[in-house]
Amino acid sequence: MLTKKQLFTRGILDISPHMLSVIPFGIICGAIGVELGFNPYLVYAMSFIIFGGASQIVFLQLVSGGASSLVAVTSVGIINSRHLLYGAVLSEYLEKLSYIKKLIISYFVVDQSFAESNKFFKKNKTEQYLYYHLIGTGCTLWVCWQISTLSGIILGSFVPEELGLKFAIPLTFIAIVVQDLKKIDHVIVMITCGLSSLLFFDAPFKSYIIISPVIALLVASLILRLKK
Amino acid sequence: MTWLSIIVAGILTYFTRMTMIALVDRKMLGEKLKSVLEYVPSAVFPAIIFPAIFINDFGSFVEMNDPKIFGAIVAVIVGYFSKNIIATILSGLISYWFLIFVIFN
Repeated sequence: MLTKKQLFTRGILDISPHMLSVIPFGIICGAIGVELGFNPYLVYAMSFIIFGGASQIVFLQLVSGGASSLVAVTSVGIINSRHLLYGAVLSEYLEKLSYIKKLIISYFVVDQSFAESNKFFKKNKTEQYLYYHLIGTGCTLWVCWQISTLSGIILGSFVPEELGLKFAIPLTFIAIVVQDLKKIDHVIVMITCGLSSLLFFDAPFKSYIIISPVIALLVASLILRLKK
Repeated sequence: MTWLSIIVAGILTYFTRMTMIALVDRKMLGEKLKSVLEYVPSAVFPAIIFPAIFINDFGSFVEMNDPKIFGAIVAVIVGYFSKNIIATILSGLISYWFLIFVIFN
């Protein structure tokens, strides 16, 4: 049985490699906000209040492009609706927690912390304080995100765009799913999602980000039915 | 006005994170749904990966010989065999930089 501290540390270690892409992305996110002419405090506040990289950039771009608040807020909501799926997966491991703990821990559920903690949870179902792993991954990402967006705001366009650091984002997610390429059912689900995302890329409010997972999960349920 | 929108967007985002964890009882989800949820990572992350590789900043498809496609292939191969996150990210970035700074320059 691992102690709370061990689980927390394990969470930090498990998510740390992803900071290689989270930190440059945070810097870009902060820099874009300032470049688009927004108040630096406002750009930073988003990292605290919304805490979701892609949605923060989309919000800033939409508002600076003259979109209405309603459009900007709706887009953020739709982009982040994928968290509903993460929550549904994680709830199995968090159901015994007190209500207040659930409310606090929810704030730290982001893509990479979900991915790494979920992998750990699956392998260590019997651990009593599993959620400390999620606190470890979530807090690490949170701290790095705050510092890197702040740096981006201060450094501004210091980071040359030619470096193409945005490319680190898909690489992080490739690292997360790449081992599942061993399983043919997962490969089918991944390709379904990927192709759908390209097909629906122009759907309003960036909704491809939730449309394609829904399609992919429908395909997954078909696969499960055929397996039986 | 922008401040208000950010706060509303933040509350909305928090709800997307909290709803399934705090408000929905796991027992409300059937066994069948639970087994489908096993596929969530594979069903969600390609929606972030594919557009970031195949669609450029202007919203159109990249050329078939785009350095990002090559970098992604290298990352997939390195990641598959090394099982190492840092190696996956660095191999992809370095091969991408090699193409844009050395070959296509």
